Amino acid sequence: MSLIDLANPTRFLALTARVLPWLAGATVILLAIGLYQSAYAPDDYQQGATVKIMFIHVPNAWLSMFVWGVMSIASLGTLVWRHPLADVAAKAAAPIGASFTFLALLTGSLWGRPMWGTYWEWDARLTSVLILFLMYLGLMALWRAVDDPSRAARAAAVLTLVGAINLPIIKFSVDWWNTLHQPASVMRMGGSTLDKSFLIPLLLMAIGFTLLFVTLHLAAMRNEILRRRVRSLQMMQASRVAFSSEVGAGSRQENASTGAA
Amino acid sequence: MTALSALIRRDIRIALRVGGGALIGVLFFLTVVVLMPFAVGPDLALLSRLGPAILWLGALLASLLTLDRLFMADHEDGSLDLITMSRTPLELACAAKALAHWLAAGLPLIVATPVLGLLLNLDMVATGAVALTLLAGTPALTFTGMIGAGLAVTLHRGGLLMAVLVLPLSIPVLIFGVAASQAAIVGPMTFGAPFSILCALSLVSLVVGPFAAAASLRHGLD
Repeated sequence: MSLIDLANPTRFLALTARVLPWLAGATVILLAIGLYQSAYAPDDYQQGATVKIMFIHVPNAWLSMFVWGVMSIASLGTLVWRHPLADVAAKAAAPIGASFTFLALLTGSLWGRPMWGTYWEWDARLTSVLILFLMYLGLMALWRAVDDPSRAARAAAVLTLVGAINLPIIKFSVDWWNTLHQPASVMRMGGSTLDKSFLIPLLLMAIGFTLLFVTLHLAAMRNEILRRRVRSLQMMQASRVAFSSEVGAGSRQENASTGAA
Repeated sequence: MTALSALIRRDIRIALRVGGGALIGVLFFLTVVVLMPFAVGPDLALLSRLGPAILWLGALLASLLTLDRLFMADHEDGSLDLITMSRTPLELACAAKALAHWLAAGLPLIVATPVLGLLLNLDMVATGAVALTLLAGTPALTFTGMIGAGLAVTLHRGGLLMAVLVLPLSIPVLIFGVAASQAAIVGPMTFGAPFSILCALSLVSLVVGPFAAAASLRHGLD
Protein backbone atom coordinates (compact mmCIF):
# COMPACT_ATOMS: atom_id res chain seq x y z
CA MET A 1 0.00 0.00 0.00
CA SER A 2 1.62 3.22 -1.12
CA LEU A 3 0.97 6.78 -0.07
CA ILE A 4 -1.32 7.42 -3.03
CA ASP A 5 -3.65 4.58 -1.97
CA LEU A 6 -4.34 6.56 1.18
CA ALA A 7 -5.65 9.44 -0.93
CA ASN A 8 -9.08 7.92 -0.52
CA PRO A 9 -10.30 9.24 2.85
CA THR A 10 -12.53 6.21 3.43
CA ARG A 11 -9.60 3.85 2.98
CA PHE A 12 -7.50 6.06 5.26
CA LEU A 13 -10.19 5.98 7.94
CA ALA A 14 -10.47 2.19 7.70
CA LEU A 15 -6.72 1.68 7.94
CA THR A 16 -6.19 4.08 10.84
CA ALA A 17 -9.12 2.57 12.72
CA ARG A 18 -7.22 -0.71 12.67
CA VAL A 19 -3.78 0.77 13.44
CA LEU A 20 -4.69 3.33 16.10
CA PRO A 21 -5.41 0.98 19.06
CA TRP A 22 -2.03 -0.73 18.56
CA LEU A 23 -0.25 2.61 18.33
CA ALA A 24 -1.97 3.92 21.43
CA GLY A 25 -1.11 0.72 23.31
CA ALA A 26 2.55 0.91 22.28
CA THR A 27 2.66 4.57 23.31
CA VAL A 28 1.23 3.83 26.76
CA ILE A 29 3.63 0.94 27.36
CA LEU A 30 6.72 2.86 26.18
CA LEU A 31 5.81 5.98 28.16
CA ALA A 32 5.14 3.87 31.26
CA ILE A 33 8.53 2.15 31.01
CA GLY A 34 10.23 5.46 30.19
CA LEU A 35 8.61 7.29 33.11
CA TYR A 36 9.44 4.44 35.49
CA GLN A 37 13.06 4.41 34.35
CA SER A 38 13.38 8.19 34.55
CA ALA A 39 11.87 8.23 38.02
CA TYR A 40 14.48 5.74 39.17
CA ALA A 41 17.38 7.34 37.31
CA PRO A 42 20.09 8.57 39.69
CA ASP A 43 20.20 12.23 40.69
CA ASP A 44 22.78 14.40 39.01
CA TYR A 45 25.68 15.39 41.27
CA GLN A 46 25.17 19.07 40.42
CA GLN A 47 21.51 19.45 39.57
CA GLY A 48 20.03 16.97 42.01
CA ALA A 49 16.53 15.74 41.29
CA THR A 50 15.75 18.55 38.85
CA VAL A 51 17.61 16.64 36.17
CA LYS A 52 14.48 14.51 35.82
CA ILE A 53 12.68 17.38 34.12
CA MET A 54 15.04 16.68 31.22
CA PHE A 55 13.29 13.39 30.45
CA ILE A 56 10.09 15.32 29.66
CA HIS A 57 11.72 18.46 28.34
CA VAL A 58 14.08 17.06 25.73
CA PRO A 59 11.50 14.90 23.89
CA ASN A 60 9.11 17.85 23.79
CA ALA A 61 11.77 20.18 22.44
CA TRP A 62 12.78 17.61 19.87
CA LEU A 63 9.20 17.07 18.74
CA SER A 64 8.55 20.79 18.49
CA MET A 65 10.98 20.87 15.56
CA PHE A 66 10.03 17.44 14.23
CA VAL A 67 6.38 18.47 13.88
CA TRP A 68 7.34 21.50 11.79
CA GLY A 69 9.27 19.09 9.56
CA VAL A 70 6.18 16.89 9.22
CA MET A 71 4.10 19.95 8.36
CA SER A 72 6.65 21.02 5.74
CA ILE A 73 6.48 17.62 4.03
CA ALA A 74 2.69 17.79 4.18
CA SER A 75 2.84 21.29 2.64
CA LEU A 76 4.94 19.95 -0.22
CA GLY A 77 2.24 17.33 -0.58
CA THR A 78 -0.38 20.06 -0.82
CA LEU A 79 1.45 22.29 -3.30
CA VAL A 80 3.41 19.82 -5.43
CA TRP A 81 1.65 16.46 -5.40
CA ARG A 82 -1.84 17.75 -4.56
CA HIS A 83 -2.34 14.84 -2.21
CA PRO A 84 -5.90 15.18 -0.89
CA LEU A 85 -4.98 14.30 2.69
CA ALA A 86 -1.84 16.46 2.87
CA ASP A 87 -3.65 19.58 4.01
CA VAL A 88 -5.57 17.52 6.57
CA ALA A 89 -2.23 16.29 7.90
CA ALA A 90 -0.78 19.82 7.99
CA LYS A 91 -3.81 21.25 9.73
CA ALA A 92 -3.99 18.46 12.31
CA ALA A 93 -0.28 18.73 13.13
CA ALA A 94 -0.21 22.46 13.94
CA PRO A 95 -2.00 22.45 17.34
CA ILE A 96 -0.11 19.32 18.41
CA GLY A 97 3.21 20.93 17.50
CA ALA A 98 2.22 24.10 19.34
CA SER A 99 1.40 22.04 22.45
CA PHE A 100 4.76 20.25 22.35
CA THR A 101 6.54 23.59 21.94
CA PHE A 102 4.58 25.08 24.83
CA LEU A 103 5.42 22.10 27.05
CA ALA A 104 9.09 22.42 26.12
CA LEU A 105 9.03 26.10 27.12
CA LEU A 106 7.09 25.36 30.32
CA THR A 107 9.32 22.51 31.50
CA GLY A 108 12.38 24.53 30.50
CA SER A 109 11.35 27.47 32.65
CA LEU A 110 10.41 25.17 35.56
CA TRP A 111 13.92 23.73 35.31
CA GLY A 112 15.42 27.20 34.97
CA ARG A 113 13.89 28.47 38.22
CA PRO A 114 16.04 26.36 40.60
CA MET A 115 19.02 26.17 38.22
CA TRP A 116 19.36 29.73 36.90
CA GLY A 117 17.31 31.47 39.59
CA THR A 118 14.80 32.81 37.09
CA TYR A 119 11.84 31.50 35.14
CA TRP A 120 12.81 33.26 31.98
CA GLU A 121 16.22 34.01 30.56
CA TRP A 122 16.77 35.59 27.13
CA ASP A 123 18.95 32.64 26.30
CA ALA A 124 19.41 31.87 22.61
CA ARG A 125 17.70 28.49 22.71
CA LEU A 126 14.77 29.67 24.79
CA THR A 127 14.27 32.67 22.54
CA SER A 128 14.30 30.70 19.32
CA VAL A 129 11.86 28.14 20.75
CA LEU A 130 9.61 31.03 21.78
CA ILE A 131 9.70 32.37 18.22
CA LEU A 132 8.86 28.88 16.95
CA PHE A 133 5.88 28.87 19.33
CA LEU A 134 4.76 32.26 17.96
CA MET A 135 4.96 30.92 14.42
CA TYR A 136 2.85 27.87 15.35
CA LEU A 137 0.23 30.17 16.85
CA GLY A 138 0.25 32.39 13.75
CA LEU A 139 -0.22 29.34 11.55
CA MET A 140 -3.15 28.14 13.68
CA ALA A 141 -4.69 31.62 13.49
CA LEU A 142 -4.36 31.47 9.70
CA TRP A 143 -6.14 28.11 9.58
CA ARG A 144 -8.98 29.51 11.64
CA ALA A 145 -9.23 32.82 9.79
CA VAL A 146 -10.47 31.34 6.51
CA ASP A 147 -13.72 29.46 5.93
CA ASP A 148 -12.72 27.54 2.83
CA PRO A 149 -10.33 24.75 3.93
CA SER A 150 -8.59 24.30 0.56
CA ARG A 151 -7.88 28.02 0.24
CA ALA A 152 -6.47 28.13 3.78
CA ALA A 153 -4.47 24.96 3.04
CA ARG A 154 -2.49 26.51 0.18
CA ALA A 155 -1.79 29.72 2.07
CA ALA A 156 -0.70 27.77 5.13
CA ALA A 157 1.48 25.53 2.96
CA VAL A 158 3.35 28.52 1.52
CA LEU A 159 3.83 29.95 4.99
CA THR A 160 4.99 26.61 6.43
CA LEU A 161 7.63 26.22 3.72
CA VAL A 162 8.84 29.80 4.15
CA GLY A 163 9.04 29.07 7.87
CA ALA A 164 11.06 25.93 7.19
CA ILE A 165 13.61 28.03 5.30
CA ASN A 166 13.56 30.81 7.86
CA LEU A 167 13.68 28.81 11.08
CA PRO A 168 17.40 27.90 10.76
CA ILE A 169 18.17 31.53 9.88
CA ILE A 170 16.24 32.75 12.92
CA LYS A 171 18.00 30.19 15.11
CA PHE A 172 21.41 31.30 13.83
CA SER A 173 20.71 35.01 14.22
CA VAL A 174 19.33 34.57 17.72
CA ASP A 175 22.54 32.73 18.63
CA TRP A 176 24.51 35.68 17.29
CA TRP A 177 22.29 38.20 19.10
CA ASN A 178 22.69 36.35 22.37
CA THR A 179 26.48 36.13 22.25
CA LEU A 180 26.50 39.84 21.43
CA HIS A 181 24.32 40.86 24.34
CA GLN A 182 25.50 38.63 27.12
CA PRO A 183 28.51 36.38 27.63
CA ALA A 184 27.96 32.67 28.08
CA SER A 185 26.78 32.73 31.66
CA VAL A 186 24.22 30.05 31.15
CA MET A 187 24.90 26.52 32.19
CA ARG A 188 24.29 23.99 29.49
CA MET A 189 23.78 20.26 29.66
CA GLY A 190 26.71 18.29 28.32
CA GLY A 191 24.72 16.55 25.60
CA SER A 192 27.35 14.25 24.21
CA THR A 193 28.76 13.11 27.55
CA LEU A 194 25.46 11.86 28.88
CA ASP A 195 25.81 8.88 31.19
CA LYS A 196 24.17 5.61 30.19
CA SER A 197 21.83 5.71 33.19
CA PHE A 198 20.36 8.91 31.75
CA LEU A 199 20.63 8.05 28.08
CA ILE A 200 18.44 4.92 28.09
CA PRO A 201 15.40 6.49 29.79
CA LEU A 202 15.81 9.58 27.61
CA LEU A 203 15.80 7.52 24.42
CA LEU A 204 12.78 5.53 25.66
CA MET A 205 10.94 8.77 26.40
CA ALA A 206 11.90 10.22 23.02
CA ILE A 207 10.52 7.18 21.17
CA GLY A 208 7.45 7.16 23.41
CA PHE A 209 6.72 10.83 22.75
CA THR A 210 7.22 10.35 19.01
CA LEU A 211 4.70 7.50 19.07
CA LEU A 212 2.40 9.75 21.10
CA PHE A 213 2.67 12.35 18.36
CA VAL A 214 1.90 9.80 15.63
CA THR A 215 -1.11 8.54 17.58
CA LEU A 216 -2.47 12.02 18.28
CA HIS A 217 -1.79 13.11 14.73
CA LEU A 218 -3.64 10.20 13.14
CA ALA A 219 -6.55 10.68 15.54
CA ALA A 220 -6.66 14.41 14.79
CA MET A 221 -6.59 13.68 11.05
CA ARG A 222 -9.54 11.31 11.47
CA ASN A 223 -11.43 14.00 13.35
CA GLU A 224 -10.62 16.58 10.69
CA ILE A 225 -11.85 14.30 7.89
CA LEU A 226 -15.07 13.59 9.78
CA ARG A 227 -15.47 17.30 10.56
CA ARG A 228 -15.15 18.13 6.85
CA ARG A 229 -17.72 15.47 5.97
CA VAL A 230 -20.14 16.91 8.49
CA ARG A 231 -19.49 20.36 7.07
CA SER A 232 -20.16 19.31 3.48
CA LEU A 233 -23.27 17.38 4.54
CA GLN A 234 -24.55 20.47 6.32
CA MET A 235 -23.85 22.63 3.28
CA MET A 236 -25.61 20.12 1.04
CA GLN A 237 -28.59 20.14 3.32
CA ALA A 238 -28.65 23.92 3.47
CA SER A 239 -28.46 24.24 -0.29
CA ARG A 240 -31.15 21.59 -0.67
CA VAL A 241 -33.48 23.49 1.64
CA ALA A 242 -32.80 26.74 -0.17
CA PHE A 243 -33.15 25.08 -3.57
CA SER A 244 -36.38 23.23 -2.81
CA SER A 245 -38.04 26.30 -1.35
CA GLU A 246 -37.07 28.21 -4.47
CA VAL A 247 -37.81 25.79 -7.27
CA GLY A 248 -40.01 23.18 -5.67
CA ALA A 249 -39.58 19.58 -4.69
CA GLY A 250 -39.18 18.26 -8.24
CA SER A 251 -35.48 18.96 -8.61
CA ARG A 252 -34.52 17.67 -5.18
CA GLN A 253 -33.16 14.40 -6.52
CA GLU A 254 -30.92 16.12 -9.07
CA ASN A 255 -29.56 18.58 -6.55
CA ALA A 256 -28.59 15.81 -4.16
CA SER A 257 -26.59 14.01 -6.82
CA THR A 258 -24.62 17.13 -7.83
CA GLY A 259 -23.98 17.99 -4.20
CA ALA A 260 -22.49 14.57 -3.56
CA ALA A 261 -19.95 15.04 -6.35
CA MET B 1 11.96 43.90 -19.74
CA THR B 2 9.81 46.79 -20.93
CA ALA B 3 6.81 45.15 -19.30
CA LEU B 4 8.61 45.02 -15.97
CA SER B 5 9.84 48.61 -16.16
CA ALA B 6 6.34 49.72 -17.13
CA LEU B 7 4.98 47.86 -14.09
CA ILE B 8 7.55 49.52 -11.83
CA ARG B 9 6.82 52.98 -13.24
CA ARG B 10 3.07 52.47 -12.90
CA ASP B 11 3.34 51.29 -9.27
CA ILE B 12 5.60 54.18 -8.27
CA ARG B 13 3.28 56.67 -9.95
CA ILE B 14 0.24 55.25 -8.15
CA ALA B 15 2.08 55.24 -4.84
CA LEU B 16 3.13 58.86 -5.22
CA ARG B 17 -0.14 60.22 -6.54
CA VAL B 18 -2.88 58.39 -4.67
CA GLY B 19 -3.37 59.56 -1.13
CA GLY B 20 0.27 60.49 -0.60
CA GLY B 21 1.15 56.81 -0.21
CA ALA B 22 4.89 57.23 0.24
CA LEU B 23 4.65 60.16 2.62
CA ILE B 24 2.20 58.37 4.91
CA GLY B 25 4.95 55.85 5.68
CA VAL B 26 7.40 58.63 6.56
CA LEU B 27 4.74 60.32 8.68
CA PHE B 28 4.13 57.05 10.54
CA PHE B 29 7.88 56.62 11.04
CA LEU B 30 8.13 60.18 12.43
CA THR B 31 5.17 59.57 14.76
CA VAL B 32 6.67 56.35 16.16
CA VAL B 33 9.99 58.09 16.80
CA VAL B 34 8.27 61.08 18.43
CA LEU B 35 6.28 58.74 20.69
CA MET B 36 9.44 57.09 22.04
CA PRO B 37 10.69 59.97 24.25
CA PHE B 38 7.26 60.05 25.90
CA ALA B 39 7.63 56.37 26.74
CA VAL B 40 11.25 56.30 27.95
CA GLY B 41 11.62 59.91 29.14
CA PRO B 42 13.42 62.90 27.59
CA ASP B 43 16.86 61.74 28.70
CA LEU B 44 19.18 62.56 25.78
CA ALA B 45 21.91 60.11 26.78
CA LEU B 46 19.42 57.25 27.03
CA LEU B 47 17.79 58.27 23.73
CA SER B 48 21.09 58.30 21.90
CA ARG B 49 21.85 54.86 23.28
CA LEU B 50 18.46 53.50 22.21
CA GLY B 51 18.43 55.54 19.00
CA PRO B 52 19.44 52.88 16.47
CA ALA B 53 16.98 50.39 17.97
CA ILE B 54 14.14 52.94 17.89
CA LEU B 55 14.90 53.91 14.29
CA TRP B 56 15.05 50.28 13.23
CA LEU B 57 11.77 49.38 14.96
CA GLY B 58 10.08 52.41 13.41
CA ALA B 59 11.33 51.56 9.94
CA LEU B 60 10.32 47.90 10.39
CA LEU B 61 6.77 48.79 11.37
CA ALA B 62 6.46 51.53 8.76
CA SER B 63 7.59 49.31 5.90
CA LEU B 64 5.54 46.28 6.97
CA LEU B 65 2.30 48.11 7.71
CA THR B 66 2.22 49.75 4.30
CA LEU B 67 2.79 46.39 2.61
CA ASP B 68 -0.48 44.53 3.05
CA ARG B 69 -2.07 46.64 0.29
CA LEU B 70 0.70 45.67 -2.19
CA PHE B 71 -1.48 43.24 -4.18
CA MET B 72 -4.86 44.13 -2.68
CA ALA B 73 -5.52 47.24 -4.78
CA ASP B 74 -4.51 45.41 -7.97
CA HIS B 75 -6.76 42.53 -7.01
CA GLU B 76 -9.73 44.84 -6.49
CA ASP B 77 -9.47 46.59 -9.85
CA GLY B 78 -8.63 43.40 -11.74
CA SER B 79 -5.13 44.28 -12.90
CA LEU B 80 -3.68 41.48 -10.77
CA ASP B 81 -5.49 38.97 -12.99
CA LEU B 82 -3.90 40.59 -16.05
CA ILE B 83 -0.47 40.37 -14.40
CA THR B 84 -1.08 36.72 -13.52
CA MET B 85 -2.13 35.84 -17.06
CA SER B 86 0.56 37.82 -18.88
CA ARG B 87 3.59 36.19 -20.47
CA THR B 88 5.95 37.76 -17.96
CA PRO B 89 6.75 35.19 -15.25
CA LEU B 90 4.71 35.91 -12.15
CA GLU B 91 7.82 35.69 -9.96
CA LEU B 92 9.47 38.53 -11.90
CA ALA B 93 6.30 40.59 -11.82
CA CYS B 94 6.11 40.13 -8.03
CA ALA B 95 9.76 41.16 -7.69
CA ALA B 96 9.09 44.25 -9.83
CA LYS B 97 6.13 45.23 -7.70
CA ALA B 98 8.14 44.81 -4.51
CA LEU B 99 11.01 46.83 -5.98
CA ALA B 100 8.58 49.62 -6.89
CA HIS B 101 7.14 49.53 -3.39
CA TRP B 102 10.60 49.74 -1.89
CA LEU B 103 11.50 52.71 -4.13
CA ALA B 104 8.28 54.51 -3.27
CA ALA B 105 7.95 53.64 0.44
CA GLY B 106 11.32 52.33 1.63
CA LEU B 107 13.70 54.92 0.23
CA PRO B 108 11.81 57.90 1.74
CA LEU B 109 12.25 56.28 5.17
CA ILE B 110 16.01 56.20 4.67
CA VAL B 111 16.03 59.80 3.46
CA ALA B 112 14.11 60.79 6.58
CA THR B 113 16.51 58.96 8.92
CA PRO B 114 19.03 61.85 9.38
CA VAL B 115 16.26 64.22 10.52
CA LEU B 116 14.91 61.66 12.96
CA GLY B 117 18.47 60.97 14.13
CA LEU B 118 18.67 64.61 15.21
CA LEU B 119 15.56 64.17 17.35
CA LEU B 120 17.16 61.16 19.04
CA ASN B 121 20.49 62.92 19.70
CA LEU B 122 22.48 60.68 17.34
CA ASP B 123 25.76 62.07 16.01
CA MET B 124 26.86 62.03 12.36
CA VAL B 125 28.56 58.64 12.47
CA ALA B 126 25.64 56.95 14.22
CA THR B 127 23.08 58.46 11.84
CA GLY B 128 25.16 57.42 8.86
CA ALA B 129 25.50 53.89 10.21
CA VAL B 130 21.77 53.55 10.81
CA ALA B 131 20.95 54.97 7.37
CA LEU B 132 23.42 52.60 5.72
CA THR B 133 22.08 49.53 7.56
CA LEU B 134 18.52 50.59 6.71
CA LEU B 135 19.55 50.90 3.06
CA ALA B 136 20.92 47.36 3.16
CA GLY B 137 18.15 45.87 5.34
CA THR B 138 14.84 47.38 4.22
CA PRO B 139 14.83 45.43 0.91
CA ALA B 140 14.79 42.27 3.03
CA LEU B 141 11.79 43.61 4.97
CA THR B 142 9.92 44.49 1.78
CA PHE B 143 10.62 41.19 0.06
CA THR B 144 9.71 39.13 3.15
CA GLY B 145 6.64 41.22 3.77
CA MET B 146 5.57 40.59 0.20
CA ILE B 147 4.84 36.98 1.20
CA GLY B 148 2.36 38.31 3.73
CA ALA B 149 0.87 40.60 1.08
CA GLY B 150 0.38 37.62 -1.23
CA LEU B 151 -1.34 35.68 1.54
CA ALA B 152 -3.49 38.72 2.37
CA VAL B 153 -4.89 38.73 -1.17
CA THR B 154 -5.60 35.02 -1.33
CA LEU B 155 -7.22 35.00 2.11
CA HIS B 156 -9.17 38.25 1.61
CA ARG B 157 -7.78 39.40 4.89
CA GLY B 158 -5.08 41.74 6.03
CA GLY B 159 -4.23 43.66 9.13
CA LEU B 160 -3.11 42.07 12.36
CA LEU B 161 -3.09 38.46 11.15
CA MET B 162 -0.56 39.34 8.43
CA ALA B 163 1.58 41.27 10.92
CA VAL B 164 1.58 38.27 13.27
CA LEU B 165 2.61 35.97 10.42
CA VAL B 166 5.33 38.17 8.94
CA LEU B 167 6.92 39.89 11.94
CA PRO B 168 8.65 36.71 13.28
CA LEU B 169 10.23 36.26 9.84
CA SER B 170 11.81 39.71 10.09
CA ILE B 171 13.59 39.02 13.39
CA PRO B 172 16.96 38.16 11.74
CA VAL B 173 16.95 41.45 9.79
CA LEU B 174 16.24 43.39 12.98
CA ILE B 175 18.98 41.59 14.89
CA PHE B 176 21.68 42.17 12.30
CA GLY B 177 20.55 45.69 11.42
CA VAL B 178 20.74 46.85 15.02
CA ALA B 179 23.95 44.85 15.61
CA ALA B 180 25.68 46.50 12.65
CA SER B 181 24.60 50.00 13.73
CA GLN B 182 25.72 49.38 17.30
CA ALA B 183 29.01 47.98 16.05
CA ALA B 184 29.69 51.16 14.08
CA ILE B 185 28.77 53.40 17.03
CA VAL B 186 30.17 51.76 20.14
CA GLY B 187 32.00 48.66 18.99
CA PRO B 188 33.63 46.37 20.07
CA MET B 189 32.50 44.26 17.14
CA THR B 190 33.64 45.04 13.62
CA PHE B 191 31.02 46.66 11.42
CA GLY B 192 31.75 44.36 8.50
CA ALA B 193 30.56 41.01 9.85
CA PRO B 194 26.96 41.86 10.82
CA PHE B 195 26.64 44.22 7.87
CA SER B 196 27.58 41.57 5.33
CA ILE B 197 25.19 39.10 6.95
CA LEU B 198 22.50 41.78 6.68
CA CYS B 199 23.27 42.11 2.96
CA ALA B 200 23.14 38.31 2.65
CA LEU B 201 19.70 38.26 4.31
CA SER B 202 18.51 40.86 1.80
CA LEU B 203 19.83 38.79 -1.11
CA VAL B 204 18.21 35.59 0.20
CA SER B 205 14.85 37.29 0.64
CA LEU B 206 15.24 38.75 -2.86
CA VAL B 207 15.14 35.16 -4.13
CA VAL B 208 12.72 33.52 -1.69
CA GLY B 209 10.16 36.33 -1.45
CA PRO B 210 9.05 36.53 -5.10
CA PHE B 211 8.81 32.74 -5.39
CA ALA B 212 6.71 32.40 -2.23
CA ALA B 213 4.47 35.34 -3.12
CA ALA B 214 4.00 34.05 -6.68
CA ALA B 215 3.21 30.57 -5.34
CA SER B 216 0.58 31.89 -2.98
CA LEU B 217 -0.95 34.06 -5.73
CA ARG B 218 -0.94 31.24 -8.27
CA HIS B 219 -2.47 28.70 -5.91
CA GLY B 220 -4.74 31.10 -4.13
CA LEU B 221 -6.46 33.11 -6.87
CA ASP B 222 -9.33 31.34 -8.50
